[in-house]
Amino acid sequence: MTEHVATNETILVVGGGISGMTAALEAAETGKNVVLVEKNPALGGRTSQLYRYFPKLCHPTCGLEINLRRLKNNPRVRVLTLAEVTGIEGRTGNYTASVKIKPRYVNENCTACGDCERAVEMKVDDPFNYNLGQHKAAFLPSAMAYPQRYVLDPAIIGSADADKAKAACKYGAIDLDMQEETIQVKAGAVVWATGWQPYDAKKIQPYGYGRFKNVITSVEFERLADIHGPTGGKILRPGDGKEAKNIAFIQCAGSRDENHLRHCSRICCMASLKQTHYVREKYPEDGKSTIYYIDIRAIDRFEDFYQKVQADPSVSFIKSKVAKITEDEHGNPVCWGVNTEGYKRYTTPHDLVVLAVGMEPSVKGINIPGHIVADSSGFIEADPTNGAVFGAGCASNALDVNRAVQSATAAALRAIQVVNRVAKAEA
Amino acid sequence: MSANTALAEKYRNNFLKEIEEQVEMGDWVKMCMQCGVCSGSCPTNFQSAWEHPPQELFMMIRAGKREEVLTSTSMWNCTSCYNCIVRCPRKLPITHIMHGIAEYAHRIGMAPKMQATRFFSGLFWKNATKTGRVNELKLSMGLYFKDGFAQGVKNGMAMQSVALGLVKAGRLNVMELFGGHKCKDQKGIQAMLKKAYEIERNRKAAKMAG
Repeated sequence: MTEHVATNETILVVGGGISGMTAALEAAETGKNVVLVEKNPALGGRTSQLYRYFPKLCHPTCGLEINLRRLKNNPRVRVLTLAEVTGIEGRTGNYTASVKIKPRYVNENCTACGDCERAVEMKVDDPFNYNLGQHKAAFLPSAMAYPQRYVLDPAIIGSADADKAKAACKYGAIDLDMQEETIQVKAGAVVWATGWQPYDAKKIQPYGYGRFKNVITSVEFERLADIHGPTGGKILRPGDGKEAKNIAFIQCAGSRDENHLRHCSRICCMASLKQTHYVREKYPEDGKSTIYYIDIRAIDRFEDFYQKVQADPSVSFIKSKVAKITEDEHGNPVCWGVNTEGYKRYTTPHDLVVLAVGMEPSVKGINIPGHIVADSSGFIEADPTNGAVFGAGCASNALDVNRAVQSATAAALRAIQVVNRVAKAEA
Repeated sequence: MSANTALAEKYRNNFLKEIEEQVEMGDWVKMCMQCGVCSGSCPTNFQSAWEHPPQELFMMIRAGKREEVLTSTSMWNCTSCYNCIVRCPRKLPITHIMHGIAEYAHRIGMAPKMQATRFFSGLFWKNATKTGRVNELKLSMGLYFKDGFAQGVKNGMAMQSVALGLVKAGRLNVMELFGGHKCKDQKGIQAMLKKAYEIERNRKAAKMAG
């Protein structure tokens, strides 16, 4: 990582998920200097938390590895992790951003050997696994974390465990005196790629998320299926650790709903269709998936993917928005509703219910420092009054990985045009 | 009119237009996306009580099934619990639309005459407006004898012990059958009702005139 001085010909990319990485790399590979700011201790964002992605069902490690390789080879991108943009001032061609950097308590000497992790006792919730499990307070954020360096959880500081971790490190990589700092970064253009967050399923009261342990969200289901997840890749339900073989997927959990998110989140239908593959993969003999839907929106060219799932005898489709979920005496979630094809009532128990939760923009337009134009759902609009602050990926719309990359490339091009104008004016 | 709206107009059949113009909140019907959450949330088990759940009624309206919708007993079974309104992802005022369709069917004389809710509503209205007070004995008697004298006697016999209990507890006065209690100002009540009918007539006429 070469430290270059940020000027008003620099492009600031906020968010280091698949969109932010793409925008940063596309800009850097045309010769621009880029500062990439990521809130978490590692890059990759929500893409790195997926088990597989559609339509080819490959593992996201593959796509991310290509990007990380490009990143390692490119001295023009300066990566700041555990860093958050707290304010942006200025105008097109001349912005100054305040970036708050939280202490990692581990410096560049770290070789990711794992001695500190073995030395400490304290455990904390693991946000990478959506808090479905816990990890040690000295941890590597994920198996393929970049930068490949350990992190100490702030909870450990001041405890005996912190000293144990320091003593265990052979490389002098642990620095318990690191402090939070705020730095100023100059930039000519800003790409805002802060991504999305799963809609808070607790707010969909009739579905009982948070009350019934065996009602989970689609993002949590990804972690259950992943070999690096809390169950080691077995689909076990959180309530009692039993194998979950009869799984219900509920579409539009929060999306297309004036009481929750008014937009269609676009990815959830494909995500659930994809997740029926996980059920079959883990339980080829007796796995069973039921998709409750209003209408299946297999976006783009993915209709064939939908048709293949339709042909699968282990998957059934019920055209109905589930009205409510209750729990029976065995801890099974029970779906209540009306099948609108034939108007028949059903009351069906399942082992596990997966809510295909909607996408909410991580930073709603109003929360972005400075004035920004956003749509009624909070996604950043392409509006001239935004100056040279460009939305990319899921900060600008509900997008899948493929479209997020396209959107990020477009945003990078707009940013490049701005800094080119700045360079010309200064020459 | 653009090509798109012209095409959409083709699908807005006469019956949907009629509902939009005549039924209170009827212009919401076209917003339904047939998710079925209203039917699933309905506390009345419509498969015996309801012939058609709300989202099916909306679809029938859009399919132009005028006769079937307006003569249906379905919307008369709504208990106004408001579960459907709370959960509807498109925020349709479903309860109000149900009552609106029922009221319209009644207004143009297509509502099923002997449907219990409709019959009871009429009975209650007549009973209450006659003297300004509800005469509970006459009201329940009226309902018992809705399907003829023999059935009325049968109904009365079935409820005998309840009636005797009410009389003993002083909750039911047999003398109410002869006249019964009433408001002091009978003329005032009738004048007030006359005025209310007039306001309602004017409101509807104004709505028809656009």
